[in-house]
Amino acid sequence: MTALVTQTDAAARSESRASVEVRLEDLRRQYGSVHALDGLNLTIGAGELVALLGPSGCGKTTALRLVAGLEDADGGRVVIGGRDVTLLPANRRDAGMVFQAYSLFPHMTARQNVAFGLRMRKVASRERLRRAGEMLELVGLAAQSDRYAHQLSGGQQQRVALARALAIRPSVLLLDEPLSALDAKVRSQLRDEIRRVQLEVGTTTLFVTHDQEEALAIADRVGVMRAGRLEQLAPPTTVYTQPATAFVAEFVGLTNRLSGVVRGGAVEVRGVRIPLIAAGGADGPAVALVRPEAVSLSAATDTATGPLLGTVIALAFLGASSRVTVDLGDAVVLVQIPTADAVAYPAGTRVRVALRLDPVLITRDDATVTP
Amino acid sequence: MSSAAEPAGPPFRGRLRVPSWVGVVPFFVYVAAFLILPTAIVVGGAFAGTHGPSLTNISALTQPYILDSFLHSVVLSASSAVIGAVVGAVLAYAVASGAPNGVIRRVVTSACGVLSQFGGVTLAFAFIATLGGAGFITLWLQEHGVNIYANGVWLYQLSGLILVYTYFQIPLMVIVFLPALDGIRPQWREATSNLGGTSWHYWRHIAGPLLLPAFLGCLLLLFANSFSAYATAAALINQGGLIVPLQISNALSSEVGLAQANLASSLALAMVVIVVVVTALYSWLQSRTARWVR
Repeated sequence: MTALVTQTDAAARSESRASVEVRLEDLRRQYGSVHALDGLNLTIGAGELVALLGPSGCGKTTALRLVAGLEDADGGRVVIGGRDVTLLPANRRDAGMVFQAYSLFPHMTARQNVAFGLRMRKVASRERLRRAGEMLELVGLAAQSDRYAHQLSGGQQQRVALARALAIRPSVLLLDEPLSALDAKVRSQLRDEIRRVQLEVGTTTLFVTHDQEEALAIADRVGVMRAGRLEQLAPPTTVYTQPATAFVAEFVGLTNRLSGVVRGGAVEVRGVRIPLIAAGGADGPAVALVRPEAVSLSAATDTATGPLLGTVIALAFLGASSRVTVDLGDAVVLVQIPTADAVAYPAGTRVRVALRLDPVLITRDDATVTP
Repeated sequence: MSSAAEPAGPPFRGRLRVPSWVGVVPFFVYVAAFLILPTAIVVGGAFAGTHGPSLTNISALTQPYILDSFLHSVVLSASSAVIGAVVGAVLAYAVASGAPNGVIRRVVTSACGVLSQFGGVTLAFAFIATLGGAGFITLWLQEHGVNIYANGVWLYQLSGLILVYTYFQIPLMVIVFLPALDGIRPQWREATSNLGGTSWHYWRHIAGPLLLPAFLGCLLLLFANSFSAYATAAALINQGGLIVPLQISNALSSEVGLAQANLASSLALAMVVIVVVVTALYSWLQSRTARWVR
C-alpha cells in the first residue's frame, strides 16, 4: 500500500504545475426570460476546491459550463490565472472537465481516452502513452488501461474521465455532478478518491452538485446557489452551523420551523429564549429554524426538562443516530438523537421536548404568533 | 437435491400445457412457404435442364445481354444507394440535431416511413406526370427556355431509374441511420473541445469512426433495397431487360412464347447470392456499431 502511495505521489508531482486562481466576475446568462445566472461573483483560490450546491435550475451547471467555454456568457468575465478567457473557445480554455456520465469515447480504450487530450496537444506518441499510464495509475486503474468504456463499471468510467481531464494538466478542473449516476456506495468511495487526487495534483477545482452531503464532504468551501446567485460561500461547517439565509439553512441539512417571537436580540420559542446567529431585525413574530440535533427528548415524567410535551409518531433508524418525529399538538418537530437513546421512544410514547440554546436563524416569511 | 422428498405434484392442474415452440409455428410456416420453398425452387430450377440436371442456365448467365443487365443493376443500385445514403445522412443529422420529440422530427420520420415504402406504379406515375415528356415540370421548364430532354428522354433509361429510386432511398436512409446518430452523445463533442480538439478533430477522431460502420451498413442495405426492386422499374420501362429483375420478368413471359423459366431461376439465384453477401456485410457492420454505441 505504501509503495502504491509513493508511486502515485511521484506521478502526481510530475503531473502537477503551479495552481492558479479562477475568478467569475458578475457572470450573466439568460435563457429566454429566465436568468440562469444573475450576476454571479466567485473567486476560487489557487488549488482550492469549491463546490457549487443548489437545487436544479439554480444556475450551478450554467456557471460551470461558462467557465469551460461550452456556453457563452451574456455578461461578465471568466478569469483563469489572471487571463481573461471569456471570449476564448472551449478548446483554448485549458479547463479539464468531468461530465455527469457517458462521456468516454466508446471506441477508444481507457488509455487512448486519457491520451486523447495530449494527442490534441501534439504530444509525441510515447510520451502520451507514458503520461496516460501515469494518470491511470493515479486513479487506480492501471490494470484496466486496455479496456473499453463498456467493459468498465460506472465508477471506473468516471475515474478514467477524471484521469483524462487531468492528463492535459489543466489550469482548472471542472466536475459536473460526476457522481450523480453512481450508486450510493461507489459514490462515497469515488468522492473521497476525487478529493485525494485533487489534493495530490493541486489543481484549482469547481465541483457542481445538488447533493449537500457530497458538497459538505469534499469541498474547501461550499457555495450555495439560488436563482442564479450565491446565497452563501463559506467552509462546510460554517454553511451548516451558521447559514447566512433561511434558504441555506433549509437546503443544507434538515430544519424544524418553529414559530416564536423575537424580543431583545433573541427568539422566544415556546417559552425558551434562543440566541440569534445574526442579530438585528425588529421585534415581532418570526419562525426559528432549529436543527433536529439541537432538540433533545426525555421521559414525560421528567419535569425538570421543561414544559414542552409531545407524542412520538415515528422513529426512523439511520444507523448510529435515529430520527424521531414528535407531534407537539400544533406542530411536528424532528429530533435527531443517538440510536441507543432513541430506542426508549417508540411510536406512541409521550415525551418531553427540550430545545438546546445553539444560536439559530430566523425567517419571517410565514411567521404567526404562537402563545 | 433430494428430489424424492419433493412430491412432483401437477403445478398447473386444470390448465392445458402448451409447448413454448407452438407460438412460433405460424412464423416458421410462413418462412417455409414464402422464403425457403421459393429459394429451393429457384435453386432447383437454376440447375435443371430439359433432360435432368444441367449447368446450361448457369452458363447462360455469361451471355453479353445478361452481363449488361447485371452491370446496369449494380450501377443503378450503387448510384441510388450512394446518393440516398449521403443525402439521407445529412437530412438525418439535421433531424437528430433538433429536439428529440420536436414537431420537425416527428413530421420527418413519419413522412420518411411512408415515402420509403412508396414505389411501384404510383411512384412511376408520379414521375411520369411531373418529369415525363409531357410532365408539368418538364413543360413549365420548357416554357422558361430549359429543355431537360434536349439530348433525349432519359427518364425511361438507367439515369431516370437512378433519379426515381433515390426517391425512396433517401427516406429509407433517414429511418435506418437515425438510431446511429441518436447514439452519438453530445458529451463527446463537448469533451473533445474541452480536451483541446476542434470540430475537425471531433469528426475525424470521434464521430467519424463511430458513425462509419453504421453509414456503410446502411449503404449496403440501400444497395440491396434497390437491387431487388422490380415494380417501379417495370412500370416505368415497358420493354427490354435493362436491369436483372426486368430480365427475369422477360425470361418468364416471353412474348414469342419461348418462356425460359430455368434461365429466370438462374438469374434469381445470382441475385440471391449478391444480396446474401451484401446482407452478411450489413449485419457484420451493424454488430460493430452496436458494440460501441449502447
